[in-house]
Amino acid sequence: MQTNQEKTMDVMQYKSEVKNLNFYYGQFNALKNINMVLHDKKITALIGPSGCGKSTFLRCFNRMHDLYPGNNYQGEIILHPDDVNILAPNVDPIEVRMRISMVFQKPNPFPKSIYENVAYGLRVRGIKQRAILDERVEEALRNSALWEEVKDRQHDLAFNLSGGQQQRLCIARALATDPEILLFDEPTSALDPIATASIEELITDLKSKVTILIVTHNMQQAARVSDYTAYMYLGELIEFNVTDTIFIKPKNKQTEDYITGRFG
Amino acid sequence: MISGILALMIAVLTFIALFAHMVLDGAPRLTWDFFTSFPSRRAESAGILSAWVGTTLVMLVTAFSAVPLGVAAGVYLEEYAPKNWLTEIIEINVTNLAGVPSIIYGLLALGMFVYQLGFGQSILAAGLALALLILPVVIVATREAIRSIPVAIREGAYALGATKWQTVSDHLLPYSSAGILTGIIIGLARAIGETAPIITIGALTFIAFLPPSPIESEFPFVSFEWLSAPFTVMPIQMFNWVSRPEEAFQLNAAAAGLVLVVMTLAMNGLAIYLRYRMRKNIKW
Repeated sequence: MQTNQEKTMDVMQYKSEVKNLNFYYGQFNALKNINMVLHDKKITALIGPSGCGKSTFLRCFNRMHDLYPGNNYQGEIILHPDDVNILAPNVDPIEVRMRISMVFQKPNPFPKSIYENVAYGLRVRGIKQRAILDERVEEALRNSALWEEVKDRQHDLAFNLSGGQQQRLCIARALATDPEILLFDEPTSALDPIATASIEELITDLKSKVTILIVTHNMQQAARVSDYTAYMYLGELIEFNVTDTIFIKPKNKQTEDYITGRFG
Repeated sequence: MISGILALMIAVLTFIALFAHMVLDGAPRLTWDFFTSFPSRRAESAGILSAWVGTTLVMLVTAFSAVPLGVAAGVYLEEYAPKNWLTEIIEINVTNLAGVPSIIYGLLALGMFVYQLGFGQSILAAGLALALLILPVVIVATREAIRSIPVAIREGAYALGATKWQTVSDHLLPYSSAGILTGIIIGLARAIGETAPIITIGALTFIAFLPPSPIESEFPFVSFEWLSAPFTVMPIQMFNWVSRPEEAFQLNAAAAGLVLVVMTLAMNGLAIYLRYRMRKNIKW
């Protein structure tokens, strides 16, 4: 039996709680009654076969589905510490995206300079002073382990960087605005093994600063980087637990089949 | 394969023959005086001053009205318009408008701009008529250019917390500017050679004075009187000379035609160059 104080302590360790989340693309029920938590300053991985809804779930967190008509959320995603339900109709998706950043599957730098790519999120937030921009851009580039490589050519086009560097630039761009949660949608699927390793290392390092939710189709990657893992199948959350438990002794037969490669 | 090349050769050779004929006839008339003289009853002292000034001013009106309107309409249809039957009807109409014969635009302009709105047979009425004519071209070019931007770029901007307008003005418009600019220049290159709508609204065929200057020496230094001035344009000047029986005027017409063709080709060349220059830094 937990005391009230202990319950509060538990909740404080959560950055976010997903409650009875259903998501519909038109009539199609893509996410079915998902209940889950994101632990603060931890990495949570979403795994599962293609089409199981992991990316759809991830994109609920920054209300990306609002960009297209006919999409519909039901249930709640509570963001702590202010306990706001980010799916509520009266919450502006732009406010949500100000707090929750995203890194996409393929590096998608803007056709602008390296500096302007990183500064864009800050400019959107109305920051104009050169000194502050310079400082925040440098900090973000340092945090994404890109500073040493680009400090002398910040005004070069971002397209001139290699694929791995471009993805780290996209991470810097997402970090520059000090997000509370960072979403990764299969961030290494377009990269070679060396670039993948450097991105994985970076994600692990970022854990001390930000809560991370990562979608990956690569189970080894989930095992390597994450603290918690959720296995999804056909829009349902089958199992959610500490990563080691999921990979060593999963409770659910379906999870075990997927992990051991008998399925998927 | 062979027949395709043959068909192509017929088209190309016809153009080369026509162009060569025009160059042979017209080139000797292309002196400095030809550009700085008004039309005259004597063919050898006649020039295209009023025609090229008229064409320039009409194009100015066309560009300043068609570009903001066309780009705004393209952005609206692509980014803001709800997907419903009304939008669909508008889209179908815009595409069909590009195929409407230009004389119809002339009649519309005659009824609306010249008489209804009282602009008279002026540069303003002509410029607006041609603006209507190229509006579909600008709208379609804008939409195509915006549509060619990858979804990932658009989502990247939104994911950073940009509003719709910030996404449009900071990303979509700058990245599509090469395509939009190409569309504008192609549209203007079409408008510059248009004769039918200009005749319909009543451009003069013989005019020996220039519109009032847009720039003045006294405050406020700019004047818009030229908008309501009577005018002529290059194709009409040509038409006038071609319909004269004297051989010497035919040579003038060939020279004016040469100038017009070079202007059009130069505009198309500029469009290709700008497209190349501005696309160089964008790879997707």
